[in-house]
Amino acid sequence: MARRGGAPEVNAGSMADIAFLLLIFFLVTTTIETDSGLDRKLPPMDTPETDVIIKQKNIFTVEVNKNNQLLVEEELMSLDQLREAAKAFLDNGGGLGEDGERCDYCQGARDPGSSDHPNKAVISLQNDRLTQYSTYIAVQNELVGAYNDLRNREAERLYGQKFTEMDATYLDPKTPESVKDELKPKIERIQSMYPQKLSEAEPKSN
Amino acid sequence: MSKFKKKKEGDLPAVNTASLPDIVFMLLFFFMTVTVMKDSSLMIKNELPYADQIQKLDKKDRVIYIYAGKPSERYQSTYGSAAKIQLNDKFADVSDVASYILAERAKKREELQNVLTTALKVDEETNMGLVSDIKQELRKVNALKINYTTRKGDAFRNMQ
Repeated sequence: MARRGGAPEVNAGSMADIAFLLLIFFLVTTTIETDSGLDRKLPPMDTPETDVIIKQKNIFTVEVNKNNQLLVEEELMSLDQLREAAKAFLDNGGGLGEDGERCDYCQGARDPGSSDHPNKAVISLQNDRLTQYSTYIAVQNELVGAYNDLRNREAERLYGQKFTEMDATYLDPKTPESVKDELKPKIERIQSMYPQKLSEAEPKSN
Repeated sequence: MSKFKKKKEGDLPAVNTASLPDIVFMLLFFFMTVTVMKDSSLMIKNELPYADQIQKLDKKDRVIYIYAGKPSERYQSTYGSAAKIQLNDKFADVSDVASYILAERAKKREELQNVLTTALKVDEETNMGLVSDIKQELRKVNALKINYTTRKGDAFRNMQ
């Protein structure tokens, strides 16, 4: 008997299999990328002619040579000691700050031979042209870590919250504006307590 | 002959799988939409160093990428094994970086042009000389906000 009543139904039983195949393909190829890294700001090219004179005791020099060795304040140091050394330098508070104030929140040794005030303290990072990039990043990471540790300490004392968490919430685009407005003065206050003065000198050619 | 047959006891009814394709399609569409296709294929070895004091990068449309590292094996016969810069899909010189940044910046929407970040994706075995050269070029065109893109991990792993 010939069928006349329309086209025969297409068997859709294998549709699930086809869809599964596609699904597995996309599952395997997907990499949900979240790029993250160390944010830095380069100094502008046209630096003012008037050289700002910084006292030697307010500069913390970190040199990385071509053999990836660390020279901190003219002394050989291993990477795991760098963070503590940088923190001791930044948190010293041995003298008066930019506006002639004493550092009342510093918990350092107050050694007159080290930095005067966190807002005067500068970390100078020098590298050789043959330094390996991974070493350089590790050193940068430790120095940023020193700043973050100190900022976290102050933020927990003042606001009971870590600075890095506050900063991450502030930068998150999903955070509502009202929360951001509330966080902004707090973040700025902590940042002004320990301003990040990390100068990256041009490398020495050898 | 009864119209309402009594179900046999102890016999489980088959699970209806008619909506399975719909569920699978839903998942499929989800993964299709979240998949980001890589816009430039890497011609260099690009193993990023580790760091843990990291911040998340801005939205994708505000970032300009610069890659650097040794050419991968298939290109080493033509380009040698010294570290090179890759911009978009081709190798470039240090002197090309400035014009590349300007060209990329001009492509972006006007309100974004001042908030652009340059992400440096540099292989961990690269020497700092090349990175410094790139940084000098970036300073020339006033692209001062940079981000050393890293993998999340303990920084001491870099030293091994």
